[in-house]
Formats: sequence, C-alpha cells, structure tokens
Amino acid sequence: MAKVLFLICLPVFAAAQPDHFGFGRTATPADITAKNITIFPDGAGLPIGKGTPKDGEAVYKEKCAVCHNDHGEGRQGQYPALVGGKGTLNTAKPKKTVGSYWPYATTVWDFINRAMPFDTPRELPPDDVYSLTAYILYLNGIVNQGTELNEKTLPKIIMPNRDGFVLDPRPDIKAKR
Amino acid sequence: MKKESRENRRRFLALGGGVAALASCKSGVVSKSGAHMRPYGERSPHESSARVLRELTKSPGTGSSRTPLQDLYGIITPSSLHFERHHSGVPTIDPEKHELLIHGLVDKPLTFSMADIRRFPSVSRICFLECSGNSIGGATGSELPDVQQSHGLLSCSEWTGVPLSILLREVGLQPAAKWMIAEGADSSRMSRSIPIEKALDDAMLVYGQNGEALRPEQGYPLRLILPGFEGNTNVKWLHRLHLADQPAMTTKETAYYTDLMPDGKAQIFTFAMEPRSVITRPSGGQKLSGHGFHEITGFAWSGKGKITRVEVSTTGGESWEDARLQEPVLSQALVRFRFPWTWNGGIAVIQSRCTDETGYLQPTRDEFVAVRGYNSGYHYNGIKPWKIQDDGSVVNG
Repeated sequence: MAKVLFLICLPVFAAAQPDHFGFGRTATPADITAKNITIFPDGAGLPIGKGTPKDGEAVYKEKCAVCHNDHGEGRQGQYPALVGGKGTLNTAKPKKTVGSYWPYATTVWDFINRAMPFDTPRELPPDDVYSLTAYILYLNGIVNQGTELNEKTLPKIIMPNRDGFVLDPRPDIKAKR
Repeated sequence: MKKESRENRRRFLALGGGVAALASCKSGVVSKSGAHMRPYGERSPHESSARVLRELTKSPGTGSSRTPLQDLYGIITPSSLHFERHHSGVPTIDPEKHELLIHGLVDKPLTFSMADIRRFPSVSRICFLECSGNSIGGATGSELPDVQQSHGLLSCSEWTGVPLSILLREVGLQPAAKWMIAEGADSSRMSRSIPIEKALDDAMLVYGQNGEALRPEQGYPLRLILPGFEGNTNVKWLHRLHLADQPAMTTKETAYYTDLMPDGKAQIFTFAMEPRSVITRPSGGQKLSGHGFHEITGFAWSGKGKITRVEVSTTGGESWEDARLQEPVLSQALVRFRFPWTWNGGIAVIQSRCTDETGYLQPTRDEFVAVRGYNSGYHYNGIKPWKIQDDGSVVNG
C-alpha cells in the first residue's frame, strides 16, 4: 500500500519540468503566410512578380527620391547613397552602397519590401518592389535598362561584392603585455 | 488605563499633524514632516543625469541615445538611462495584442500570446548590451570629448524571461534548422539571423528589465536577449522567429554591422563583443577637485565570458597595476573596477586594460589598427587613455 502511494505521489513531489507545456496555439499555413516576409539569398520567400528599371524609375521618383536624391546619390548625413563607390572598399575612403558593398540582390528586394518607403513601409505591391530593385541595380550598372527582374531571375544576379565577405577569424588581435 | 492614555496620545498627535499641515498651507512653508509619497518614484530634483540623443535622420526616434556612464554607480544601468539604437523609432505596442510566431523548420509552428510566454518557467540574468557601433571611429582616434559620447552605447540590466530553448522544444526544432531569423514589430521589421547554437544555449525571450516590465525603448513587451552578442542581434519588439537552414543575409547583417578590412574584404557574422574596459571617473569633460586622493573607477566587460583582471596605468602605459574588481563579477555583464590614486598635480595619462577568462588581453589602439585598419568601424575595443591636465581638467589622452 505504501509503495502504491509513493508511486502516485512521485510526480507531484518531484516537481519536474515537463518537456512540453502545451501553451500557445497552432499557427496555420494562413497565419504564417500573413506574417512571414523572410527572403533568403537563394530566392526562397520571393513572391511572384516582375519589373524593369524603366518601371522602377517612375516609382523611384514618386516614392524614393525625396530622401535618396534624384539618382540614388543619397543626402549626406541623413539618407544613405544607393549608388557608386565601386573600387573604393580597399581605399582610405571606402564608400559602401548597394552597388559597391551589398552582396545579394535579394537583400535589396527584402529591405525595400519590409522597410521602404520609410514612413509607409509594406504598402508597395511586389511588382513595384521588383521594378525598384531593378532600377537601383541599373543605376549601379549591374543590369541593363530593359532587364526584367522576377522571382526566378533576381536570385541569379551576381552582385559586384558577392565574394567580399568572410567569416571573422577572431581572436585576431594578439595584444602584448 | 495605560491603553487609554496611549489612545489619547495618538489622537493628540493626529490633531497636531493636522494643525501643522494647516499652518504650513497658510504660511507657504513646507511641512517638516516631508513630502507626500508617490505611486511611482522619481529621482531627486537635484539629479539631472541624462542620455544624450543623436537623431540620425529627420525621421523621429531613429538614431541613438547614449548612457551617461560617468554618472553611474555599481553595475546596473537604470532602465531610464539605458542606451537606445532604433532603426525606425519606438513602436507603441499593446501587450494584449502582441504575439510571437515561431515557424519554419519546426514540427509544430505555434503562436504565443504574452500571457502564454509568461506561463513558461522563467529565469533572470544580469548581462550587458553593447552596440557594435559603440566608439565607431575609435580606430581613427575619434576625439569625442567624454565617455558618454565615446562609450555610451553600453548598458547593463537584469533581464527576466523564458529560456528560448524551452520554446524551441515546444515547437519541435528540426535537425536541419541551423539559423534563426529574429524579427521585430517595429516599422522597419528589423531582423537578424542568429546561429542555432546560440538560440539553444543561453538565449532568452525577456519581458522584464530591472524588476519591472521592459521599457518601450528596450522592446516592450518582448525582446530577444543573446548574452554577449552585439546589441543589434538582441531584437526588440520581437514578434517572429523563423527557423531555417541558411541565414537570410538581411540588410543589418550585410550592409551594416560588418567590419571592412584594409584589403577591402568585410568580416560578417561577428557576434560576441570582445573584451573591453574604460575608465569612467575621472574621464573626459570632468575636472579633479584638487590634489590628493582620487578613486579611479570604470567598467570592464567581455561578450565571451568573465573578466578576470583589470589593470590601470597612471603613467601613460609605462607601468600597470591591478585594479580591484567589485563583486559580483558575472559572465557577460559589466564589471565595476576601482583603483586608489593620488594625484600630485601635473599632467597624467590614465587608462585601463582588461583580460577575460579566455586569456584575451584588450589591445591598444595601435595594436587594433595594425590588424583591422582604420575603416572597420564596428566592434572597436581599443584601450582608452584620458589625460589629466595641470589644472585637473580631463581630456582625451
């Protein structure tokens, strides 16, 4: 009898932390689609859509030029330049822009899609995001004016600085006592 | 009889108090019995230490504010003085409506309300947060005049929340998941890719800071805390965790927070903040009140573990002596050091250097520059000298 009681009481007194708690509710595919905006460098997550630099120029003038200036030059100390800087990364005055520094075109698409325009983000339809991405790449000489970008071609763009990133070898500095 | 007299005495005192209050009203003199209590406390009106704000764009709330390290005592940063770095302002979030979605390479994608999250077993931990842009330009000998501006993207709090590993077990993490993309609910949906090892090790989802609810500027109602990792990865206003087999290569882990080396290559995914220390008193902008005893004090910290030693030099780096480490000395937290010093007048250059449990010794600026050059920007951790001038005023050394 005592043994039986002991067995019954054990889970109560052991106060073990369960493996599963059962809190939270199942996220349905629809729940996930509504919130998931991750875009991966291999193109996973990109929605169907398309756009050319020519289409993008009009959207840029309307939505982007107010901050990033007429041709992606940026405004000093305020809004970053999107264009230029090629060949400056190993100089005394490196200029990091989409064209000179960003390793993936998918990141350009993703950032416009999630965060731009700054005051009204996530209102641009996918076609506008493709065309704006195409226009910025065109300004940097990465695509031609007639190039159409879509969910299949965008991840295939090789950005000029694609191979410009390495994992850090830290601790890399050996200070002397 | 005795009881009755006590009762009378009480009545007499109550009456006296009332009369005193009335008298003070009439005369305009503050009651000697002191001010009223307050439901939520404020500091003395004689104290005015504050953050300095640097708005980076015309868009409100975007930029940074810096902690007045020179005014702090101990190791905890008051929540109201915690540094800030926002990329699109501070969102206003109703905790009743806030949810966290965990999805991707998991067996059972789940959505958690804040009430759900608070039901899980909780932990508290003191750790520092430092923006990897702290002292940006330090390598070039940046001449920011005081420690608040040069080192103030640094704070330390006690954080309370749920170990992330518990939630990852709840959703059934799949073996193919190598990265976790964490996303905030701020207007620009700031997001970072985190290695799964860190997520399973000591990552926390926190709702508490220094004993009360997280401040809005620190991610209310929910923030990711990755002890020792650069500030930006500790995603605020956390609303989505996406488990994946690859990093997302987000803007903030490619275009920003990467360190450009002299050869034009940039180092990516530098997470742990390397050991660093700085003297906060005396420091730039202050003035010694006179010759004689002055305590030198400051902070040391390492994103890779515990600080084991802090040395102070008052001779421009010619000689070094051990400083005393104030307990508690916690892993990946600010450590307070103290060093007794007598200033006999004349020019003196004071500086500190630290060592952590991995054996790493904080480098000089020259040692840093020799390896990383002048344009790496982020993750600067060089020794900071301050110069005491003849008149006791303190400037960059």
